[in-house]
Amino acid sequence: MSILVDGNTRVVVQGITGKEGSFHTSQMIEYNTNIVAGVTPGKGGQKFLNIPIFNTVKEAKKRTDANTSVIFVPPPFAADAIMEAAASGLRLVVCITEGVPASDMVKVKNFLNGTNTTLVGPNCPGVITPEKGKIGIMPGFIHSPGNIGVISRSGTLTYEAVDQLTKQGLGQSTCIGIGGDPVIGSNFVDLLSLFAHDDGTDGVVLIGEIGGTAEEEAAEWVVNNHFTKPIVAFIAGQTAPPGRRMGHAGAIIAGGKGTAEEKMKALKKAGITVVDSPSEIGTTMKDIIDKRNSD
Amino acid sequence: MKIHEYQAKGLLKESGVPVPKGNHAFTVDEAVEVAKNLKTEIIVVKAQIHAGGRGKGGGVKLAHSFEEVKQHVSNILGMTLITHQTGPEGKVVRRLLIEEGIAIATELYAGIVLDRSKNQYVCMVSTEGGVEIEKVAAQSPEKIIKEWIDPGLGLTHFQARNLAYSLGLAGDQAKNASKTFLALWQAFEKSDCSLAEINPLVVTESGDVLALDAKMNFDDNALYRQPHINEMRDLSEELESEIEASKHKLNYIKLDGNVGCMVNGAGLAMATMDIIKLSGGEPANFLDVGGVASAETVARGFQIILSDPAVQSILINIFGGIVRCDRVAQGVIDALSQMDVEVPVVIRLEGTNAKEAANLLENADLDFIVATSLKDGAEKAVKAAIGVKS
Repeated sequence: MSILVDGNTRVVVQGITGKEGSFHTSQMIEYNTNIVAGVTPGKGGQKFLNIPIFNTVKEAKKRTDANTSVIFVPPPFAADAIMEAAASGLRLVVCITEGVPASDMVKVKNFLNGTNTTLVGPNCPGVITPEKGKIGIMPGFIHSPGNIGVISRSGTLTYEAVDQLTKQGLGQSTCIGIGGDPVIGSNFVDLLSLFAHDDGTDGVVLIGEIGGTAEEEAAEWVVNNHFTKPIVAFIAGQTAPPGRRMGHAGAIIAGGKGTAEEKMKALKKAGITVVDSPSEIGTTMKDIIDKRNSD
Repeated sequence: MKIHEYQAKGLLKESGVPVPKGNHAFTVDEAVEVAKNLKTEIIVVKAQIHAGGRGKGGGVKLAHSFEEVKQHVSNILGMTLITHQTGPEGKVVRRLLIEEGIAIATELYAGIVLDRSKNQYVCMVSTEGGVEIEKVAAQSPEKIIKEWIDPGLGLTHFQARNLAYSLGLAGDQAKNASKTFLALWQAFEKSDCSLAEINPLVVTESGDVLALDAKMNFDDNALYRQPHINEMRDLSEELESEIEASKHKLNYIKLDGNVGCMVNGAGLAMATMDIIKLSGGEPANFLDVGGVASAETVARGFQIILSDPAVQSILINIFGGIVRCDRVAQGVIDALSQMDVEVPVVIRLEGTNAKEAANLLENADLDFIVATSLKDGAEKAVKAAIGVKS
């Protein structure tokens, strides 16, 4: 089992003919992801990588029954692309684009309130359910199917964690990079609640970073909702200076708030296993799962 | 992106926020000229740097004559101002704001920021003006009154009135304050701010409402559609090494340690800094080289890291996803054979084509240390740095 992406996922790629879009579409196809359509306004009727192109998402959905979108359009047009996908009734929208203005995302979040669409991103590596489908830009080969869910605000640090899990013999149910921006679609809490109901997930790796309060909210949610699956968490940015944007637009300690220390404290208080070192994510989860299995 | 107080006041004034009469100056002569045009008894000389706490640091002075203006300006221009926000190295003052003095009756606070947990902008006011709002938030949060802004509507008139009356204002003052909040939102929205603060917002003895100080930060992601904001960028406020890095699309932040690091991805870069610290070292920088770690990028990365004389070893940590490790390895080999890197270099490559990369590194006739994991890399880099020291 898995969340968000499974055997029924039918993907439309928005911005399929662009440099990023075309490269990653071919990578996703190579991973046997079911890509059914592409959208590039003005190129409707053409084919690209043997995939039919449409002018609008609405048309793509009507003709191909797509239910998921992945977005590679440039930042000035990303917010509109997300809203187009949601308005067309797609259930999952994954926005890879980096550099979307925060005020655009505030409007998008407001727009999504009235829809049934789940948004992941922007500025994220995407979602992967190993051997079922890869909706994003992560390297597929480091993943293996299994029972650990991964939720992360980072990109390459997620790959590091997944690689550690795979090397410990722990496969993944679904891995989601939620993105490093201040305003994002799905947060830790949204995805933990999906993992809670997924029989195929026995434990969750949660990778946070400085800035905002998403980790604290996750800690509170875990306590209030009696989430019993083990969680191993790591927070990046223990050594980050305040007031500086650490690469990601959302990774900033502002007004003394959003420090790694506060987040680690909140997570520990909620009974979550927090590792100080990013090299101990895999081994720590392995110990916990082994102990559970032997009990 | 940050701008100076005088620039923020200019933007606020355009949107209808009342500000004191004044203008900026780069020299003593300019400052005196501005002061003369103000036609006021008390003149305020304010250092313009991208940091708060300027008054306490000696960067804000009152003058009662042009002679006094001249004196203060000569003292402040060129001085290194140290405040709680500049760090111990301080910042050199290159610009000044010369303003009319205001007779203050009450100091208030008004600001707009993004509330990340609600995904909305929030307008906040407080009767506790003139002090750091973070302190108020920590000590007496009930003294901060908030109105969340509907993205479709913007700050509404009734919300602005709620804020004004909650400050205990009445009559024309309440009306003026509520107009000011609406104007603040307008300025915020129009220029894609990430933060706008008027602290203090003052009520004068004659009953006017005025922005005595102003701070505006902008969303870097939105600068492409804000050319006039982009033009306000003051490069002298930024570190040369960081400007150089941004020119080459590298994300570099200088820190105080001795172990340099070069990483792909922001999260992994932070995690690498963290593990350097856990291994007993201190990170010298944050450096995200992004997705393309070519020979050129790697060489630039080395140059930037080595421009900091405190660096005693360098850890390269690349998790190859889309970027192939053998390409990165070749980049490192090319860069190292072309340039003089005198500190030990530790390399850890994992992911796509990691084996091919290991072969390349092994066969290269160069002096570097290969690490097999994140932890191993950090420990070796820290050890190497200590080796240099002794």
